[in-house]
Amino acid sequence: MDLRFTPEETAFRDEVRAFLRNHVSDAVRERLVEGEMVSREDYVTWARVLNDKGWGAPHWPAEHGGTGWGPMKQYIFLEELQKHPAPQPLAFGVNMVGPVIYTFGNDAQKKRFLPAILTLDDWWCQGFSEPGAGSDLASLKTKAVRDGDHYIVNGQKTWTTLAQYADWIFCLVRTNPDAKKQEGISFLLIDMETPGIEVRPIVTMDGGREINEVFLTDVRVPVENLVGEENRGWDYAKFLLGNERTNIARIGVSKQRLARIRELAAKEMSAGRPLIEDQRFREKIASVEIELKALELTQLRVVAADAKRGTTGKPDPASSYLKIKGSEIQQATTHLLMEVMGPYAMPDQGEPEEGWNEPPIGPGYGGQAAKSYFNNRKVSIYGGSNEIQKNIIAKAVLGL
Amino acid sequence: MDFDLSEEQSILKDSLGRLLAQEYGFDVRKKLLGSPEGWSAAMWSRYAEMGLMALPFAEADGGIGGGPVETMIVMEEIGRALTLEPYLTTVVIGGGFLRLGGSAAQKAEFIPDIADGSMKLAFAQVEKNSRYDLHHVETTAEKSGGDYVLTGAKGVVLHGDSADTLVVTARSAGGTRDRNGIGVFLVDATAPGVTRRGYATQDGHRAAEIAFDRVKVPADRVLGDPEDGLPLVEAVVDHAIAALAAEAVGAMERLHALTVEYMKTRKQFGVAIGQFQVLQHKAVDMYVALEQARSITLYATMMADSLDANERRRAMHAAKAEIGRGGRVVGENAIQLHGGVGMTAEYAAGHYFKRLAMIDLTFGDGDHHLARLAEAGGLFPAG
Repeated sequence: MDLRFTPEETAFRDEVRAFLRNHVSDAVRERLVEGEMVSREDYVTWARVLNDKGWGAPHWPAEHGGTGWGPMKQYIFLEELQKHPAPQPLAFGVNMVGPVIYTFGNDAQKKRFLPAILTLDDWWCQGFSEPGAGSDLASLKTKAVRDGDHYIVNGQKTWTTLAQYADWIFCLVRTNPDAKKQEGISFLLIDMETPGIEVRPIVTMDGGREINEVFLTDVRVPVENLVGEENRGWDYAKFLLGNERTNIARIGVSKQRLARIRELAAKEMSAGRPLIEDQRFREKIASVEIELKALELTQLRVVAADAKRGTTGKPDPASSYLKIKGSEIQQATTHLLMEVMGPYAMPDQGEPEEGWNEPPIGPGYGGQAAKSYFNNRKVSIYGGSNEIQKNIIAKAVLGL
Repeated sequence: MDFDLSEEQSILKDSLGRLLAQEYGFDVRKKLLGSPEGWSAAMWSRYAEMGLMALPFAEADGGIGGGPVETMIVMEEIGRALTLEPYLTTVVIGGGFLRLGGSAAQKAEFIPDIADGSMKLAFAQVEKNSRYDLHHVETTAEKSGGDYVLTGAKGVVLHGDSADTLVVTARSAGGTRDRNGIGVFLVDATAPGVTRRGYATQDGHRAAEIAFDRVKVPADRVLGDPEDGLPLVEAVVDHAIAALAAEAVGAMERLHALTVEYMKTRKQFGVAIGQFQVLQHKAVDMYVALEQARSITLYATMMADSLDANERRRAMHAAKAEIGRGGRVVGENAIQLHGGVGMTAEYAAGHYFKRLAMIDLTFGDGDHHLARLAEAGGLFPAG
């Protein structure tokens, strides 16, 4: 038992740090530190920088243009990205549809889609949730009916993150209305340019414009865009949701935010002295740090176990635990950051990305703290709410 | 990074686990609770035969050369079986003082007796006004020629009633709450001037109130610097905290398993109560708390021998705070999910719960350690 990084792992971490220092622009880093949106253009630029270095897809096998790294290197890389902070590879392509395509797709699909995910020539979005299918995802109604060489797709997807930027959407659609609900679902890749697709923004309570509704009306999708077998889509979706364990707790994001909290609490005054000197506030920070340290060790246990036996590609209930605790910690840190800002968390300030060009109100930092707090309520809802995760643990781990 | 046990460590875990499963069932524990000694001399001998007493000592000193991981393995099994013998006080703490602070002569004199199970030690540290502060010492150590004379009162000395030798903190210089001026003394428990009142604690362990009335301690029984013993005390207590955390993990794991088993068998409204989602989620909360406790215990174990005392202390603060918090989540929910049967003295759940609650009160509760961690700059200090 040895919980230290090996010399090779330490050297790799240092290499990643040096790369990030040299390649992430100050402007992008500043935006991420402030919790502001990063533009589509910045994402694309960054994806290409990473891809040129060969780091575009940390957990893909090398044969598909990935790094071929083991779980520990993936973890180190993503944590450093989050701590720096730098934009992470766009999850919808790299983490979600990419592995589904290289695991279940045919050669033509691999050739057509995988390189464009790495360069972000194709921006992907996720078409899973529907107005009537949230936690009960398998009750989805969007249907695809075969018509010669095409499927005709009709229905509605919702909560579609960054669909406004997307070139493609991967969708779960019902292809057999008579089968048991999990058994009649297929996994389709749909070009967003296809006639009949309409994207309408949903403004979130923090004023954010990251999610959308996607309406599909008589959308004609070539059958070659079916991934794997018809009516097996639920298996691929489960694979997709359980596939990603090295990053689900977002340890680095919380570490970075805690560092920011300490930094700003040293500037903000309370009772005539820096807030960071307030014992009660310090204890609140320390309390979250303890939970984060424990979760980090848990995450590393999972990563080490994966490294040892090789990733199975099967869903692991450890993902549920990491998601529950990781999301709770992310939410606690966003609340602490809002508390640090005190009254100056109150002004509703826009973001440069959304055309706001007025001088900042207040101290010129932490202006997005309240919005981050509001926005981060999502992390215990998306990807299977924390209550669903508890159901999974109760069944899969405790045998209840 | 490697979380696996070595082959020897796995053997240690399996053989102790097997011994306790066979010989230390809950009925055995209940019988011992009613006995005057409160623990099993027979089991103590079995531990010695297995080499558990010699485990943490260097081979050159007659030990087996185990480290914090080996201690963690033993303490987890102790927690799982809820044993009552004075292993923590004798081997981890008493032995820790000799390992980390003993002179060559002291090691040669004491370690063989600890290693073969013939000597038991206890740590006389708590005082009426000290609460959890290791540096708050009112007991005095007066110099008399080359020797010292100890006067004062120590309380809740765990296993102090059966100990042969007491490790006593006493002030040789400075004011009551100064960090300097504290000495650590090896005192024969039967020396003239030592009076002990033994009693049971809430969890069925033993403890004693101990008075020292002008007790003479020879110069060769001082551990380390008689006026600067606090760093040694902190180092040993940190090892004890890591060990207690491991014991708590063992107890939490067993208590959680007991609870889940019960949820699968207990029927109400015609179904096993484990079918109810509101109860399932409580059991999952317990599971998450257990895994967090296990992880922070690994961290504490790895840091127990750290040469950076500040870093080591921060890790122990974190571990003790997390164990306190998690122990309560697991303990309180276990009783709740068992319902009435959880309240009974006959059933094991209450015993685990009480042990977890007492572990929290040993060497500082969760709030105490959270406050110290906050003062020390937290776990991820700036820069």
